Amino acid sequence: MNHRTFLKHLALGALALATGLTACGKKEAPPAPAPAAAPAPPPKPAPLKIGFIYVGPTGDAGWTFAHDEGRKAAVAKYGDKVTTTFVEKVPEGPDAERVVRDLVAQGNKLIFATSFGFMDAMVKVAKDHPEVRFEHATGYKTTENLRVYEARFYEGAYLAGIVAGKTTKSNTLGFVASFPIPEVVRNINAFTLGAQSVNPKVKTKVVWVSSWFDPPKETEAAQQLMDGGADVLLQNTDSTAVLQAAERRGKYAFGWDSDMSAFAPKAHLGSCALNWAVYYEKAFGEALDGTWKTEVTKWGVKENMVNLVKVADFVPADVKALVEKATAGLKDGSVAVFKGPLKDSAGKEVLAKDVVADDAWKGAINFYVKGVEGKVPSSK
Amino acid sequence: MNELALLVAATLSAGTPLAVAAMGLLINERAGVLNLGAEGTMLVAAVAGFGVAWLTGNEWAAMAAGALAGALVSLVFGWLVIWLNTNQYATGLAISLFGSGFSAFVGIDLVGKPLALTAPLALPLLRDLPFLGVAVFRQHLMVYLAMALTGGVAWFLYRTRAGLVLRAIGESPTSAHALGYPVRLIRLAAVLVGGALCGVAGAYLSVVYTPLWVEGMVAGRGWIALALTVFATWRPARLLLGAYLFGGVTMLQMFLQAQGVQVAAQLMSMLPYLATVLVLVLISRNPAWIRLNMPASLGKPFFPGL
Repeated sequence: MNHRTFLKHLALGALALATGLTACGKKEAPPAPAPAAAPAPPPKPAPLKIGFIYVGPTGDAGWTFAHDEGRKAAVAKYGDKVTTTFVEKVPEGPDAERVVRDLVAQGNKLIFATSFGFMDAMVKVAKDHPEVRFEHATGYKTTENLRVYEARFYEGAYLAGIVAGKTTKSNTLGFVASFPIPEVVRNINAFTLGAQSVNPKVKTKVVWVSSWFDPPKETEAAQQLMDGGADVLLQNTDSTAVLQAAERRGKYAFGWDSDMSAFAPKAHLGSCALNWAVYYEKAFGEALDGTWKTEVTKWGVKENMVNLVKVADFVPADVKALVEKATAGLKDGSVAVFKGPLKDSAGKEVLAKDVVADDAWKGAINFYVKGVEGKVPSSK
Repeated sequence: MNELALLVAATLSAGTPLAVAAMGLLINERAGVLNLGAEGTMLVAAVAGFGVAWLTGNEWAAMAAGALAGALVSLVFGWLVIWLNTNQYATGLAISLFGSGFSAFVGIDLVGKPLALTAPLALPLLRDLPFLGVAVFRQHLMVYLAMALTGGVAWFLYRTRAGLVLRAIGESPTSAHALGYPVRLIRLAAVLVGGALCGVAGAYLSVVYTPLWVEGMVAGRGWIALALTVFATWRPARLLLGAYLFGGVTMLQMFLQAQGVQVAAQLMSMLPYLATVLVLVLISRNPAWIRLNMPASLGKPFFPGL
């Protein structure tokens, strides 16, 4: 979710310039409709007040939806011991800090922010309010009372890759990518490696759309990939457009962030879904019993935070078995997504034999693995 | 070769909503009214169209709803600028901002709803032609309607009496008024038709092209349509070409990526906008091009009493 809104605004700025209408400030101005408050459980003696800040609408069927489902599950677990509030569609920018401060002023003692761009706002407010605990998704800055959590989403992409590698007839996969940052490049590579683990002939084509969310453009990219021969698609963008484009053309695709099977019953092979509930339950519990301490959490398939869900009924049983085997392997540590020997797309060895990549390696990844066509746009 | 045909097909399809919206704006502007509210109008129409498509499953009902929604929004705009003589630029911007906020608000429950999908129309016999079959004859009906619309608008503007009156009002509303034409009503009619066409384009985006509804999904295409009218120097045929050119540049960058050609994605994303700027600069270098075709009263209020 890195830089999401910032880049979007850059793009909008360019657009406004290009059309000679800079003054209009197209989408900047419309204020989000009044933040909706979650229905709180009936007030009991001093429940713990918890606030959430979302970057998108809870109905986006993707990233924010997944976080909100996690929040609901955690609320269900702790019942009237907690009461939660959320503010949706908070732009990443100066407004974010105001929203965080509002939540503090309302008496929230534990505050979650679920997008990378909220990082500096969180750091600032955390310094001013040592009595409040802060949690930031996908960031990397921690303080005494601010900790970070993240999902190993590439493990989901790897599992999707296994299904893709077995499903493709043209041995060409397509990936609709947003911005060339390590998070996205990692997912492209993991998807390809998953496919290659069951079908060595597979190659992946990538189209960058320079947006997290532009459904018409995502559709166009998907169509171009299918025109280019790809018959199984995955996207690291936030709408269901790619899935629906595949449905229209009789090709296959995956859901991303949450279960998207309803959007394309024929094309949907499975969804790389995030289950934030496991983390929110843990965090709520720690805040309630006082064991909360600052740390960095990165969870994946092993902790049940990342999963390939709703694998389609028409996927053959032996492919499902392969997915289950890889899932089990990721859980017990016998399977690692990035493990040597590994070569980049130029043929250079990037991981020596039997070396398993560490988090620093994965955090700095800016090359395609062998089998992905082309070069990462940001790389030299 | 087949890839190229597919690129042409994608270009036609991407250019169509731009062409339809821009054609509506061209009619507006020929009557002397500049509607900067296109983006907001398209968004309102997109959500209206999507809502109707979701309820009825009929994409033509959805297009009609989009046209109606677009006409309603521009009715407000038209009343403000034609009768109350508010500043056209400010009013248009206000309508645009209102439209994007309003559509987001009413569309909350439609976000992420799936839509039954329609297959593109494939013309019998013609669809099997080599190259052209793939490139041109397997499109949604709207693509051909947009082409027909271009011809229709050109015929109307240059070959009919009503078109002449419309252009006269765009050039000199005072003279037209003196001749006894109901300037305000004709301008309002032009604004309504323009709004309805923007509405069809918006509904096409959310119902056929993408098809899904999310806040702000028109993603700047209304502004591009506005730029296209200048780009085309208010000529229908040039407008259609401009729309395809713009759609083509957008598709080309994705096409090159999908074909594995090494290009910087960020640079390619800039291309459509660079092309717009470049064309605007080129056109501005020759004032005659603009002056000859630009409606002389464009953006100016008209007071029949004076």
